[in-house]
Amino acid sequence: MKRLGLQTVALLSAPHIIETASIVGKKEGEGPLASYFDFILEDEYWGEKSFEKTESKIAKENMAKVLQKAKKAPGDMNYVLAGDLLNQCISSCYAIRDSEIPFIGLYGACSTMVESMAVGSMLVDGGFADNVLALTSSHFCSAERQFRFPLELGNQRPPTAQWTVTGSGAAIISNEQKGPKITNVTIGKIVDMGIKDANNMGAAMAPAAADTIYAHLNETGREPNYYDLIVTGDLGYIGGDILKDLLYKQNINIKNRYNDCGILIFDKQKQDTHAGGSGCGCCGSVFAGYLYSKLKSGEYNRILLVATGALMSPTAIQQGESIAGIAHAISIEN
Amino acid sequence: MSYLTAFITGGIICAIGQILIDKTKLTSARILVAFIVAGVILTGLGIYEPIVKWGGAGATVPLTGFGYSLVKGVIKDVNSYGFLGIFTGGLKATAGGIAAAVFFSLLAGLIFRPKIKT
Repeated sequence: MKRLGLQTVALLSAPHIIETASIVGKKEGEGPLASYFDFILEDEYWGEKSFEKTESKIAKENMAKVLQKAKKAPGDMNYVLAGDLLNQCISSCYAIRDSEIPFIGLYGACSTMVESMAVGSMLVDGGFADNVLALTSSHFCSAERQFRFPLELGNQRPPTAQWTVTGSGAAIISNEQKGPKITNVTIGKIVDMGIKDANNMGAAMAPAAADTIYAHLNETGREPNYYDLIVTGDLGYIGGDILKDLLYKQNINIKNRYNDCGILIFDKQKQDTHAGGSGCGCCGSVFAGYLYSKLKSGEYNRILLVATGALMSPTAIQQGESIAGIAHAISIEN
Repeated sequence: MSYLTAFITGGIICAIGQILIDKTKLTSARILVAFIVAGVILTGLGIYEPIVKWGGAGATVPLTGFGYSLVKGVIKDVNSYGFLGIFTGGLKATAGGIAAAVFFSLLAGLIFRPKIKT
């Protein structure tokens, strides 16, 4: 039986993540995870004329990097699954347009890295693909323009604001037998608690993460201590605390094995990133860089990667809509 | 002495803005508009004029001062031209500021590129 419950499936063939690659911006490269990334940009433009073009270049170059590291040609990929934060997912579309790989565009806001790996691993497990490439990107400057205010305005950031990570994560999921395996996929439901503050995404997404983790543990029959690490995409400090409390109230204690990519990527004291990192590239680069290397070294053998996304647009927020949260989870095991 | 009063007045107005950013969920754009409207209302009620007399540039340079200039212009034109002055006075009085803002923004936009916040 592949289907374990409403949200969770077991991947019986357990597709492998055979290679990952990550590219990050300058600020992320000054953070505590610097040594785990494949490439660090020197400035926010990387020789391009606009932030949007830079973001697309980051995704494109990262795709080339992961193929090169895995010694694969673009033609070996049956699908590329990608998404980002910009309107119509332009970073991904333009990054992929010359690749000639069949493209499935995804929008899951900051949950896109796990969404793409979840769908990709199901494609491989279902026998529809031998190799798929999962890819996401985000850029601080383009995200500020997309979701808040253009940087030209010189706006002040409120203390609850998270810092959109400049970076990209890429992973190749394959039926080849090497590297960590994706064993379970839990697709999230939309959870909307009525939060309308676009500067407090962590709080808006935490209930979705709690819902998905609860469903995952319930449907797989696992306890939190099955995992060495339960890591969320980008709840940051505020959202992370809310998540731990929400689960604690349901008698699930993840406090001693919990971390968050948005907390891991920056040094809060030195880098003044307020509530932590966010963006597709946050979970993407932290997984592809740091977590994947810890899985390969055996420091972690079982992790539950839960990427969270805030499904909203500035127009919807201006019209008084609340932020719909989502979280997708995959379990990755050696 | 006028330096000190200007410093205190401008400081208080900016501190109100900082408190609004930190303690409320208002976006900066809304705070800016609120400051202009507040300047208009306070001037209309005759409260802002004494603040300007005491605080000088400390009261006229922040955005509330823009509201103050709008109202002063309207009052002046209403006195000279009557009803039409309601529509003409405000922009006349603030034309210098608006044109300078447009000109220097364009100039800055031509010379500089936006950069990441550090």
